Amino acid sequence: MSRALDSLAAFARSRAAPLYFLSAAAALAVAAVAGVALGSTEIGWESVLRTVFSKFLPEGWIDLGGVTEAERVIIWQIRMPRVIVGGLAGCGLAVAGTQVQAVFRNPLAEPSVIGSSQGAALGAVTAFVTELATRSALWLPLFAFSGALIALFTVYAVASRAGRTPVATLLLAGIALGSLISAATSMLISLNFVNWQVASEIVFWMMGGLDGRTWTHVWISAPLVAIGASVAFWYVRDLDLMLLGEEASASLGVEVEQVKRSVLATAALLTGTAVAVSGVIGFVGLVVPHVIRILLGPAHRALLPASILSGAAFLIGCDILARTVYAPTELRLGVVTALFGAPLFLYLLRRKRMEVAVL
Amino acid sequence: MTIRLDRAGMRIRRNWLVRDVSMVVRPNRITALVGPNGSGKSTVLRLLAGLWQPSEGRVLVDGSDMASLGRRDLARQVAFVPQNPRIDVPFTVRHVVSMGRHPHLGRFESAGPRDLEVVESALARVDVLHLAERRVNELSGGEFQRVVVARSLATEADVILLDEPTSNLDLDHSLETLELLRRLAEDGKAVAAALHDLNAVARWADHATLMHRGRLRAHGPVGQVLADEQLVPVFDVDIERLQTSHGVPDLVFHRRIHRSGESSRAERGRDADENRLPG
Repeated sequence: MSRALDSLAAFARSRAAPLYFLSAAAALAVAAVAGVALGSTEIGWESVLRTVFSKFLPEGWIDLGGVTEAERVIIWQIRMPRVIVGGLAGCGLAVAGTQVQAVFRNPLAEPSVIGSSQGAALGAVTAFVTELATRSALWLPLFAFSGALIALFTVYAVASRAGRTPVATLLLAGIALGSLISAATSMLISLNFVNWQVASEIVFWMMGGLDGRTWTHVWISAPLVAIGASVAFWYVRDLDLMLLGEEASASLGVEVEQVKRSVLATAALLTGTAVAVSGVIGFVGLVVPHVIRILLGPAHRALLPASILSGAAFLIGCDILARTVYAPTELRLGVVTALFGAPLFLYLLRRKRMEVAVL
Repeated sequence: MTIRLDRAGMRIRRNWLVRDVSMVVRPNRITALVGPNGSGKSTVLRLLAGLWQPSEGRVLVDGSDMASLGRRDLARQVAFVPQNPRIDVPFTVRHVVSMGRHPHLGRFESAGPRDLEVVESALARVDVLHLAERRVNELSGGEFQRVVVARSLATEADVILLDEPTSNLDLDHSLETLELLRRLAEDGKAVAAALHDLNAVARWADHATLMHRGRLRAHGPVGQVLADEQLVPVFDVDIERLQTSHGVPDLVFHRRIHRSGESSRAERGRDADENRLPG
C-alpha cells in the first residue's frame, strides 16, 4: 500500500514540473501583454502584439493600421521598457533569493541578509543627494550596484577567517552590517530633508517603482541579469549538494568556499541590478523561491528556471496592480509586492505548514 | 588504496586539536578510531578525508601528498559519512544517493545508465531500495543513516570514513551497519570509523587507533590496542573481560573510585581543561 502511495506521489511530482513551467510561462506572457495594454490609456491587446511584432519582423509584414502614433509611442517607448525592466528585476530578485536560501540552508534568507539590498539602497541614495542621479541615468545604477557589492565584500571579509567563512557568522555579519548601512541611509535622507525635491524623490524611490523606466534601464539590467542567471545555472548541482551541509558537500567534491563566494557575489550582483533599476522591492526574493519550493520540491534544476519565470511574472503583475488599483494615482511597487506577497505567504504557511518549516 | 597520516597535527588558532599522529588506513580492513570525547577522533577522520588540511605533517594517499589531489579527484577515492548527517530538505532518497555520483559527472552531464545502476545497487546494498521515492526528511534516524552510507557507496570510493556511524541507531540497525562495514572491508574497501562502543570495536574491527588528549596513544591490531594497559589510563576505568559465545570477550567497565573520594569523571573533567597541548 505504502509503495503504491509512494509511486503515486512520485508520479504527481514528475508531472508537477512541466505543468508548472507551462502555467508560469503562460502567466508571464499574459502579464507582459497586459502590462503594456493596461494603464491610464487603455490599448487593445491586438494593437500591443501588432506593434511589438512590427519591431522584429520585416517592414510590411504587420499591418499597423488602426494603431495610432500616440499608441505606438506609449507601447514601445513607455510601457515596453517598464514591463521588461519589471520582468528583469523580478527575475533577478527571485534568483538571488533562491541562491541565498541555498547557501544559508534557510528558507527565511533573502538577498537582504548579506547586506546587499541595503548597500544598493545606500549607493542609490548617495547618487540622489550628490545630485549625480539627475545628471545621467547611468549614475544611479552604478552607485546602487557598487553599494551592493561593497556591502557583500565587507560582510564576507568580516566573517572569513583562515580561508573559511562559516554561514552562521556570515549571516550575523550581514544582519549587523545591514542595520549599519540602513542607519547611514536614514541619516543621509534626514540630513537632506531640507531639500524637499530630493527628499521626496528618495522616499519614492525607496518604496520601489517602475515609473519612467526607459530602454537605457533595459540595456543596463539585461546583461547583468543574464550574467547572474548564467552563473546560478553553472552551480545548479552544487546548490543542491550545499543543502546537505558543508562537510558532506565538500566530501562529495564541491569546492564549498569557492561556490559560496561565487554564488553570493552573483546574488549581490542581481540584487544590486534590481535595486538600481526598480528601487527597493521586498518580498520577491523571499516569497517566489519559497512558493516554488513548496510546489516543485527543493531541486535547483527545476527551482532556478521556475524562479526566473515566476519572479518576472510576479513583479510585472504587481506593477499592473500598482498602476490600476488606485488609478489615476499610482501605488509604489514595493508596497504592492508586500501587500500582495505577505498574505499569499501567510496563506501558504497555514496551508502547507509542515512543509514550509523545512527548506 | 592506503591513506597514511605522517606526524600530522591540526590546530585552530593556537589550540592544537591533535598533534604528531602517524597512522594508516588500509584496504580489506576496518580501522576503528577510539578514545574519550574530545580526544581527537573526529579531527583525525577529517584529516584522513581531506576536509581539513593538516597544520603540520602530511596526509599521504598511496604515498603521494593528498594536497596535490583536486577536491573532485579526492571525492572519487575517499567517501566521508558525517556524524549527524540529518537534513530537513525534502529530497527523495534516490536523489540524495545519486548525489554520490557528483564527482563522476561533468558540470552539465546528467546521470547515465551506469550511474543509475551504481545508485540502485548502493540503495539495495544498505536495504533502502523500498524507500527510494520517500523524502529523506520523513525517515527515521536509522533509515537516514543508511541512506548516507548508500550515498558514500554511490561514490565508488575505495576508502570509506565514518564518524560515529552507529550513534543514532538502535541495536538491530547498529549491528546491521557494522556487518555492512565488515562486508565492505571484505570486498577490498579501506574502512575507518570513529566508534564509542569498545565491544563493537573488539568484535568487528581489525585495527584500532586509540586517541587520548589529541595524541595517538596506540595504533595496531585491535587485540593490542584494546589491552588493559592501554585502555585503563585513557578511560580511567577498571575492566573485566567476560567470555562470550562468539569468542571475543565482552568488556565490562567499572568506574574507578579515587582516594580523594572524587569521582573519576570529575578528575577527567580537570584533565580535559588541560587538553591544550604546547603550541
